[in-house]
Amino acid sequence: MSGLEISHLDVWFGSGHDRVDAVKDVSFRVDSGASFGLVGESGSGKSTILRALTGLVPNWSGEMIVAGEKLARKRTAQFYKKVQMVFQDPYASLHPRHTVDQVLSETLYLHGFDAIDRRIVKLLDDVGLGPSFRFRYPHQLSGGQRQRVAIARALAPEPEILLLDEPTSALDVSVQAEILNLLVDLRTARKLTYVMVSHDLAVVGHMCERIAVMQLGEIVEIMSVEDMRAMKTSHPYTKHLLESSLGYKRVATAE
Amino acid sequence: MLEQQDKLLDVENLWVKFPTRNGVFDAVRGISFSLGKERLGIVGESGSGKSMTGRAILRLIRKPGIVTADRIMLHDKDLMTMSEREMRKVRGQRISMVMQDPKFSLNPVMPVGEQIMEAYAQHAKASKAEVKRKALDMLEAVSIRDPERVFRAYPHEMSGGMGQRIMIAMMLIPNPEILIADEPTSALDVSVQTQVLSIMDRLVQERGMGLIFISHDLNLVSSFCDRVLIMYAGRIVETCRADKLHEAQHPYTRGLLNSLPRLTEPRERLDVLKRDPAWREAQSVSGAS
Repeated sequence: MSGLEISHLDVWFGSGHDRVDAVKDVSFRVDSGASFGLVGESGSGKSTILRALTGLVPNWSGEMIVAGEKLARKRTAQFYKKVQMVFQDPYASLHPRHTVDQVLSETLYLHGFDAIDRRIVKLLDDVGLGPSFRFRYPHQLSGGQRQRVAIARALAPEPEILLLDEPTSALDVSVQAEILNLLVDLRTARKLTYVMVSHDLAVVGHMCERIAVMQLGEIVEIMSVEDMRAMKTSHPYTKHLLESSLGYKRVATAE
Repeated sequence: MLEQQDKLLDVENLWVKFPTRNGVFDAVRGISFSLGKERLGIVGESGSGKSMTGRAILRLIRKPGIVTADRIMLHDKDLMTMSEREMRKVRGQRISMVMQDPKFSLNPVMPVGEQIMEAYAQHAKASKAEVKRKALDMLEAVSIRDPERVFRAYPHEMSGGMGQRIMIAMMLIPNPEILIADEPTSALDVSVQTQVLSIMDRLVQERGMGLIFISHDLNLVSSFCDRVLIMYAGRIVETCRADKLHEAQHPYTRGLLNSLPRLTEPRERLDVLKRDPAWREAQSVSGAS
């Protein structure tokens, strides 16, 4: 069983004069059960890669093999059973007029599961919410609880691969810690493969074993988390990013 | 202890209340602090009252919100007793504020340059040519490379970091004594963040300005500010020197620090903050320097 392999992926928007190349010749490989991080600044194309994987961008070329399946223009239902995504903003990714129960049962129904009732209770339990949250609307939940619901929804089709697009950037640090712990636990319990996008190097360093640094649509460096901690970088941009993330340095005023 | 004349701002027993259907909600509950010529950080989670504190100082809390305080002294004048007319002379000119997101604080249908000129013309009597020159100088002061072009551009043509620098230029043109920056860099990328911070840093050092820096980012505040107030549920639970933030004593501050993932010290699990109801009830600590 292989995880996910992307080779020579290009993604662009618009055409002719207005063409923007958001992702340029990106290749990487994530083994099954591994956790892979994509970091970079806004506009570096890291989220676009996840969107290309899930079929949310119209124009791409290259080759993507996910869980043994070579991706075509249109994703199959089978694909969505294997790959699920958690979005950045839990305030925007849940339907405001659907209860937690509706959100989860719809997903389960669409993926053709039986015993939906029992599964919902189990899912809520797995993400640490408990059955009392089942009939609540999103506005009755805090940001962290909403993100838990979004994770439960992603887990509903029992995927092998979870794509995490800045799952904690809209949350307070104490809530962020809870969600990151939950994600670590789920990965161990369900043997999931993670591809995580974040601009926060500390979060990616905590979650992932291998990290790709992106700049202007290209991967400038792929390194292990140990190298990142030891500041063993081969590209100046990575070094710059690491230094800025360690906090403000007074010397910066000297220029 | 600061001498009286070094104190730019002195706040005593500040409350911000919002009447709701279920009784009065206290967003800020009786805090006291002072500000000298320094970088004062206010940190806390969402809902801790840090932004409300910044707004209350400028009396920007809209009705039905209520602000009370024993005093908010700007040098020897009490802002609480000023009329709305006098307040307008303070806002922008003596105390100004930079908001979180430049996209929502700039006028989308007005060129950047005109907005800066307007900000300046509000407070100073000068000829149009002079105002324009001043606006261009200011754009240059905040490290904008091509001020002439930016001057004619509209806000949507600017990137986030550029927009934030324009906001800072606008706020600094009347040469205020105090700048309140409410999460000025949380919408920005790390490298742009460093640039914006160094601009503010330079201004504090060169002009002797007082800076209130509101943020949720503990690492950033501890490396950027001189002194920090930590707020929880509308009160100041702890105050300390910024470089000593990592040795903070209060269980809430410790909890926040431990819940942060750290690049340099990998851990299996992050600590989860356990909230003690006693923190909510405890008396506010004085933030006087």
